[in-house]
Amino acid sequence: MSIDIDTARKVAHLARIAVPETELPKLAEQLSGILTFMEQLNEVDVEGIEPMTSVTPMRLKRRADVVTDGGYQDKILKNAPDAREGFFAVPKVVE
Amino acid sequence: MSLNELTIAAARDALTKGEVTSVEITEACLTAIEGAGALNAFCAKTPEIALAQAGAADARIKAGDAPAMCGIPLGIKDLFCTKGVASQAASRILEGFKPEYESTVTQNLWDAGAVMLGKLSMDEFAMGSSNETACYGPVVNPWRRGNDETPLTPGGSSGGSASAVAADLCLGATGTDTGGSIRQPAAFTGIVGIKPTYGRVSRWGVIAFASSLDQAGPMTKTVRDAAIMLGAMASVDAKDSTSADIPVPDFEAALTGDIRGKKIGIPREYRMDGMPAEIEKLWAEGTAMLKDAGAEIVDISLPHTKYALPAYYVIAPAEASSNLARYDGVRYGHRAKLGAGDGIVEMYEKTRAEGFGAEVQRRIMVGTYVLSAGFYDAYYNRARRVRALIKRDFDLAFEAGIDAILTPATPSSAFGLGEMQDADPVEMYLNDVFTVTVNLAGLPGISVPVGLDAKGLPMGLQLIGRPWAEGDLLNHAYVLEKAAGFAAKPGRWW
Repeated sequence: MSIDIDTARKVAHLARIAVPETELPKLAEQLSGILTFMEQLNEVDVEGIEPMTSVTPMRLKRRADVVTDGGYQDKILKNAPDAREGFFAVPKVVE
Repeated sequence: MSLNELTIAAARDALTKGEVTSVEITEACLTAIEGAGALNAFCAKTPEIALAQAGAADARIKAGDAPAMCGIPLGIKDLFCTKGVASQAASRILEGFKPEYESTVTQNLWDAGAVMLGKLSMDEFAMGSSNETACYGPVVNPWRRGNDETPLTPGGSSGGSASAVAADLCLGATGTDTGGSIRQPAAFTGIVGIKPTYGRVSRWGVIAFASSLDQAGPMTKTVRDAAIMLGAMASVDAKDSTSADIPVPDFEAALTGDIRGKKIGIPREYRMDGMPAEIEKLWAEGTAMLKDAGAEIVDISLPHTKYALPAYYVIAPAEASSNLARYDGVRYGHRAKLGAGDGIVEMYEKTRAEGFGAEVQRRIMVGTYVLSAGFYDAYYNRARRVRALIKRDFDLAFEAGIDAILTPATPSSAFGLGEMQDADPVEMYLNDVFTVTVNLAGLPGISVPVGLDAKGLPMGLQLIGRPWAEGDLLNHAYVLEKAAGFAAKPGRWW
């Protein structure tokens, strides 16, 4: 599978990573190389094999649906690049 | 012998007998760290925390309340969140991040009385095999090719941990292993590293790369030390839903040195084309050592081995693209300076472009692609089905009575920093060829130093064990370690 420049641009945007136009050809080439490597998987007969969801056969643990933690807003906000009045602050989202 | 050169077991015994104090050992390590700037292993030093913890450990030892790790100075991989101490996964995107909480593994270690010397560099977000993707610049291997001064990689991603342990800057270090990140650097630096069974060690507070593959483990000077330290790191943890409800046994007690009658599998698919003759010879020698110790050697087949790397390089980036979505410049770490009129999407895109290095960006984008509409089945679901087949290969071998599997740990010894610079990303991925199957199958695997190559560099072998049988696996490794008698140390140049 070969990735063209338009696909590379689209993937970069989906991943929310700004990639300059001048670097898209190299990115497309590298992604194509990696995908070609993955294509070996097409040789494997996977008929009747379920995709693995958990490497150890175990049921995920459950617990009562109650509040067990919390109440430290200051700690949550402490590492934020921009926090105001008890909230995370970001550029305007809605016009 | 300087105190920083002690093994964990020797330090424990000397501490218990009162022959030495934790403060003395800790000071020796801090001095060694100060003198080892050229290795670039530590990215944050915490001497004040270390001395306070060492003092407290000495009081505990005096009071007769001393677990095995009490007073032992350690280095902690930068991937572990440590309260109030920079924890940034060697990435610019977590610049300035100081967690308000402690990872379960490090909390377990501090509860056992261990001492934190500082944080150890690594490949950014644990993505890499050479430590060259760290935002702090590459870590240097204390080993050199004889008198050749070319700086060598300590391997990756736990390269800082490997370099620090090999250079005696600490008695042991934590590592994490998603595709070989404990075992490959351990092999490159002549130390021991074990990746436990998936679910043995809590992942809570360990910055996530690929959640279905990530597992933390110890990196130490000896197998016995690995057994002691793993026992302190492991726990059943309600905060990690994949932490298994299986009690942690006494791993050290499993080191009997007796493997008579055990069946060791030698998988024929691990004999790769173009494998250096020295690695092949080492593997044969290791096989002979286990045979001499009374084990039965059995040729086995793990037919899907060749598909492990391509499956891994679908699954790991897919999980990484989801896990790393949280680095968006909102809650922690770096946020890009915005231009007039920039909105939230520009904030995300610029922040992530500035914050993530090239390899991390590439893997996030590969992951995004394989999970995107139209490709999910062709890549991601197919890889998960192949993963099931890889695990079945191992299940069948163990069902047939195999106790442990012996393979090379790496396809070569340590290479020069920068030597892979112009290589295709896929070429770097080949470093994981012998280790990645173990993560895909969730099994325990250990790398043991066995010999030196013609260049004077350490080479390791890997043993793979049954799930939850780390004690038995460590015992096999202990026998191999004793038989190999690897005692070489890097000559000090730093």
